[in-house]
Amino acid sequence: MPASDHVLGLKCRLCGKLYPKSPVNFCTDDFGPLEVAYDYEKIKPTITRAKIAARARTMWRYRELLPLDGEPTVGSQVGGTPLVRADRLADALGVEKLWIKNDAVNFPTLSFKDRVVSVALSKAREFGMRTVGCASTGNLANSVAAQAASAGLDTFILVPADLEKTKIFGTAVYGAKVIAVTGTYDEVNRLCTQIALKFGWGFVNVNLRPFYAEGSKTVGFEIAEDLGWRFPRHVVCPMAGGALIGKIHKAFTELNAVGLVEQPVTTKMYGAQAAGCNPITDCVKAGRDRHKPVRKPNTICKSLAIGDPADGAFAAKLIRDSGGWGEDVSDDEIVDGMLLLAQTEGIFAETAGGTTVAVAKKLIDAGRIPKDEEIVLCITGNGLKTQDCVFDTLAEPATIKPSLAEFETLTAGTPLGEPVLV
Amino acid sequence: MAITVQIPPPMRDQVGGQSEVTVSGATVQAALDDLVKQHPGLGPKLFDNGRIRQYVNVFVNDEDVRYLDEMETKLTDGAVVALIPAVAGG
Repeated sequence: MPASDHVLGLKCRLCGKLYPKSPVNFCTDDFGPLEVAYDYEKIKPTITRAKIAARARTMWRYRELLPLDGEPTVGSQVGGTPLVRADRLADALGVEKLWIKNDAVNFPTLSFKDRVVSVALSKAREFGMRTVGCASTGNLANSVAAQAASAGLDTFILVPADLEKTKIFGTAVYGAKVIAVTGTYDEVNRLCTQIALKFGWGFVNVNLRPFYAEGSKTVGFEIAEDLGWRFPRHVVCPMAGGALIGKIHKAFTELNAVGLVEQPVTTKMYGAQAAGCNPITDCVKAGRDRHKPVRKPNTICKSLAIGDPADGAFAAKLIRDSGGWGEDVSDDEIVDGMLLLAQTEGIFAETAGGTTVAVAKKLIDAGRIPKDEEIVLCITGNGLKTQDCVFDTLAEPATIKPSLAEFETLTAGTPLGEPVLV
Repeated sequence: MAITVQIPPPMRDQVGGQSEVTVSGATVQAALDDLVKQHPGLGPKLFDNGRIRQYVNVFVNDEDVRYLDEMETKLTDGAVVALIPAVAGG
């Protein structure tokens, strides 16, 4: 079933006004954000668990709930990342049932952003756009550059000038035109809005944002399917713009609406931020309706350093309404979280992953997440991109000559490993 | 005192297609009040019950007024006020 049948249009999240599918991201009456609206009754008879199971293990196995008119033309291999049962991390955190949704190994650029970009760029092509771009804190830049290169699209990418070098190079390598802007992410974002309005290019997180954001739902679809078509009790999710947490919850709601999961959605959603940029968790904790923007984010967790999150108010409301909570952690706790995840589960996540693990620990220690219920942590990016943050905490390797005597001297006094069983 | 207000494309129908409008006012509130006086059609787009809409961001010389004195931010002659839809990013 093509999307031309199952997508009703774009709906304003404030006033509900419906717009036809087009590259617009806000309501022209009240400037509220637009979101893709589907006809779930129409979708319901066309989608079954068996039909999904017969498809390739990519995010596109849920294509009826994604907003393309035809087949994906960009990123057809994205998604299908592992949901890892994390018993060693569970022991360390003192909980019984814990999973990691590991988008640190998403294809092709090692973050969940590959999901949103494949939808946005496939949609850009359906709209006939030739030039695409984004404002990015890094992961999005990598993904837009790589996937646009594979599609032969021209690319302009604007990033804050103080971003990690790895993320800037990991964008330029694909041939994208990278523009470093001396300012915060929010200033870069404002400039992109002005460029998109003036030039009509496809900025994935500006005028293509309603379509783009839908790609994040596939994290939620995969979690539910991999748990055996049911929902976890608790989900902890990092928050930058605040869209992902909402889309995971929307995914659960949709699976219920189209009859793939009968269980009603009672999952509690928890949002994680860095203390140096915590507009959404502050909004939750202070009980505000709107977030207070952070002028100068100050954290090693640059991928979450959005001071004025577009979905801030929606994320805070969802967290409260679902019975979850928001928490933020210091840079030291973020590094500890990265190391804990790496050393218990062998998963090297970027700073945002460290933030998520550290926030989960804080919420569990505080009794906000019970120890005997199912918890899923969303890891959204790869530690190889933010290695600078952990270098200082790791000991240099001991150096010896290739001599058994030197090895024995080095290891003298340390307990020897068990001999290999024969 | 001449203040330039930059009008984003989705608000230009209400100002006869112009991308910039010259207004006067010593504060952001006064400048936008003058703008609405000149182009009454903009009123409901910019304000909801007298408050600037949540998803309309106002910048004075490239700085978000939420980091200044909000609508009471003072303007000097030649200041540029930009109205920009807020939904983007992430």
